[in-house]
Amino acid sequence: MKQPLEFEKPIAELEGKIEELRHLSDGGGVNIAEEVAKLQAKIERQLRQTYQKLTPWQKVQVARHPDRPHASDAIRRLVEDFTPLAGDRVFAEDKAVIGGIGRFRGFSAVVLGTEKGATTEARVRHNFGMAKPEGYRKARRLMELADRFGLPVVTFVDTAGAYPGIDAEARGQAEAIARSIETCLRLRVPMIACVIGEGGSGGAIAIASGNHVIMFEHAVYSVISPEGCASILWRSAEQAQDAAEAMKLTAQDLHKLGVVDEVVQEPLGGAHRQPVEALDALGDRIEAALRKLTPLDGGSLRAKRRDKFLEMGRQGLA
Amino acid sequence: MNWLTNFVRPKLRALVKQRDTPDNLWHKCPGCGQMIFHRDLEANLHVCDKCGHHLRLPALKRLGMLFDEGKYTRIELPKAPVDPLRFRDRKRYTERLKDAQSETSEQDALIVAHGTIGGVPAVVAVFNFDFMAGSMGVAVGESFLAAAKLAKLQQAALIAIPASGGARMQEGILSLMQMPRTVLAVEEVKSAGLPYIVLLTDPTTGGVTASFAMLGDVHIAEPGSLIGFAGQRVIQETIREKLPDGFQRAEYLNDHGMVDLVVPRLELKAALARILGLLMRPKPSAEVVTLPTPEVAIPQQPRV
Repeated sequence: MKQPLEFEKPIAELEGKIEELRHLSDGGGVNIAEEVAKLQAKIERQLRQTYQKLTPWQKVQVARHPDRPHASDAIRRLVEDFTPLAGDRVFAEDKAVIGGIGRFRGFSAVVLGTEKGATTEARVRHNFGMAKPEGYRKARRLMELADRFGLPVVTFVDTAGAYPGIDAEARGQAEAIARSIETCLRLRVPMIACVIGEGGSGGAIAIASGNHVIMFEHAVYSVISPEGCASILWRSAEQAQDAAEAMKLTAQDLHKLGVVDEVVQEPLGGAHRQPVEALDALGDRIEAALRKLTPLDGGSLRAKRRDKFLEMGRQGLA
Repeated sequence: MNWLTNFVRPKLRALVKQRDTPDNLWHKCPGCGQMIFHRDLEANLHVCDKCGHHLRLPALKRLGMLFDEGKYTRIELPKAPVDPLRFRDRKRYTERLKDAQSETSEQDALIVAHGTIGGVPAVVAVFNFDFMAGSMGVAVGESFLAAAKLAKLQQAALIAIPASGGARMQEGILSLMQMPRTVLAVEEVKSAGLPYIVLLTDPTTGGVTASFAMLGDVHIAEPGSLIGFAGQRVIQETIREKLPDGFQRAEYLNDHGMVDLVVPRLELKAALARILGLLMRPKPSAEVVTLPTPEVAIPQQPRV
């Protein structure tokens, strides 16, 4: 593994040992298959143990893992004939929001996502997944396009949040997010939102007010980052672990709260170990949701979405 | 958690509090630093008579200044789950709520009232900044939805008056979900063909700005109000640059096309009444003046 997280270090050590053994056997021709198999079993056992009981703070780290599949990976894996569309027709093209039309398992769809970028260069280009007003205005434009042609909207959310900067404020970050939420809620086509990594606050809900909200098992979704919450309520960013516990930001808690409709299991050891398998599993769930939603007419799609959000939060964690 | 702690104690505290008032006879103006006598401050709607700085106006005074003859009816707000996440930081959220309730004698951070403004029926949803910095949680969302419903029922305009630090962090994701929920409330009013006016006051930030507060048919702001999405400290830490003068102030938003009018508090009621009249009484008033009485001078005042 390229970048082990702190709590994954023992597993990374075992993986290192296997590497070493393989290296030895290349040289001396010793039979090491048995030893490797043993180690492999041990790794699996440890992974299972670790990932079964990840703490909320550990989940935050997994959700932010650089090797985790990003929105662009999801689109590449799940969408054929993807045709990216650019620009908000007002000011600029914001690469923090990627989107376009394509075919998802046979369905023509508008696909949108916040993209963090995988390499340093890509991260800069995508502004680390933090969109500016033009990004949300582009999202709105594409959602309206979907509405016009009766295409479902599928979004992949992975962002630390909307970009906090002078230019973003000057161009109306708040207004752009508000309008984007409004557009989600007005759509007369199915809208499926998938929180695949980090669901960061207003920047996430702007493209996640959908009929069906899916979350990866180890993704997180919250009103503010645990660091931000800790620095305000605990007056120290170091209490981020406590904040992560208190905020109930895991997929499992959010599902209990009714904020998330479905949680998709990740492969053993998290989506960053086996991104393809993870994305395929996600694709299956998106497809199932789409098949359920597409027969509904525009009016009831809108009404159902509305009723879902109106009902939300009327019960707490039971 | 019984009658004694929930009811008697807050009342007792409120009683004791009242004796502290002699301390606050003079207020220091944050704008010019001069001392203002409390009676002058109240008479001038909490606007400094020396420099014109707009101090924060308590929510109930806001209702009093906007409704005709200061008359309005408050509605009972819907019940919302208390502490849905069982949140605890350095203190239990339930305790913070209790404290805020006893300090303000209000249930939560939103007050909803109805009456008339310039003779036009209006529902006002005003944030109480003194209640946990006017932060928005489930109770605020529910109350805002109730305000929208009431406006529709009464065929009245809805006026939202945010004064809020943003989301109520102690309600986690559920506070974030109040963004789509309040947007739905706005939609309800708009689709009924009724005006939805936002009066942005100091401060309007975070999730409140990025939802119902930026979706008004008309946006009015009080001079100097801080209005924005991201907090200034967060922006400064991100970009490591000095923020421009007047950044995220009402005038700045007006310059950048996000606010229609910046109106001083003393002119606010008249402006609001005028706008509501224009939007809700679109027919020419001449229609009513059908009597053939050319000799009588018709008063030029706006009809109420």
